Amino acid sequence: MADYWNIAPGMETVLKELFSRDIEAEVTLEFNIPEKDFNNAGKGSSETKNVLKRLGVDSEILRRIAVAAYEAEINVAAHSIGGKMTSLIYDDMIHIKFEDSGPGIADINQAMVPGFSTADDLVREFGFGAGLGLPNIQKNSDALHISSAKGEPTLVEFLIFFG
Amino acid sequence: MIKLTEYLLAIEGVNQTPALDLDAIELDGAYVCDMLSDVMGSAKPNEAWITIMKHLNVIAVASMTGIPVIIFAKGNTPDEAVISKALEEEIILVTSYLPTYDLAGKLYQLMHS
Repeated sequence: MADYWNIAPGMETVLKELFSRDIEAEVTLEFNIPEKDFNNAGKGSSETKNVLKRLGVDSEILRRIAVAAYEAEINVAAHSIGGKMTSLIYDDMIHIKFEDSGPGIADINQAMVPGFSTADDLVREFGFGAGLGLPNIQKNSDALHISSAKGEPTLVEFLIFFG
Repeated sequence: MIKLTEYLLAIEGVNQTPALDLDAIELDGAYVCDMLSDVMGSAKPNEAWITIMKHLNVIAVASMTGIPVIIFAKGNTPDEAVISKALEEEIILVTSYLPTYDLAGKLYQLMHS
């Protein structure tokens, strides 16, 4: 498995620990993401956003969380054979994990290049497949971790702080 | 900033979501694109989104990005399922027979006159 991290220099130790935080989240939400179901992909992001809104999270931070989560949800629906989304809400941040059942990313660094896409015609018909999903997730998150390999499941997880 | 109602007059726009209140919406520009990730990456809250895409996912994109209104160009009209999702998410949907170029041009003209 190959690992990709996008963490601000100097913050590696602190943030990598937050990815494996062992305190229990205040709120945990789980959603299934079926393959190629574009009508339902987005439900997890939408519900997560609504919960955070009720908790009083700032609207610009809410927008970043919603965009990053929706892009990741669409990625699972578009590129995998299905997976799940888990939102872990703490008092100071959100940790969202996307785990699918494969078929994996052959070259993560290439997948991070804006404009690079392996989307099929169906995905493009829906207006996705611009090759901007992962770059948008990186742009909107405070820390990003991707773990994958060809033929393996993929994990995409990110952290966004509320303050 | 320009009132959405003023812009709708200029483009002969038809509000497909009359249950939502248009009067409160003011625009400080528009984003024109049919690629959803590009919209999510670059459109800003308080911008109108001008597009020909009219399937269900545009509502989610607008909602996640904080876009208050979608203008459908060239007479493209979303179906009932899309309209009802928009009502739920409080996203205003407007249709116009004008092409994208004119829709953007007229807004630019109004904002810079």
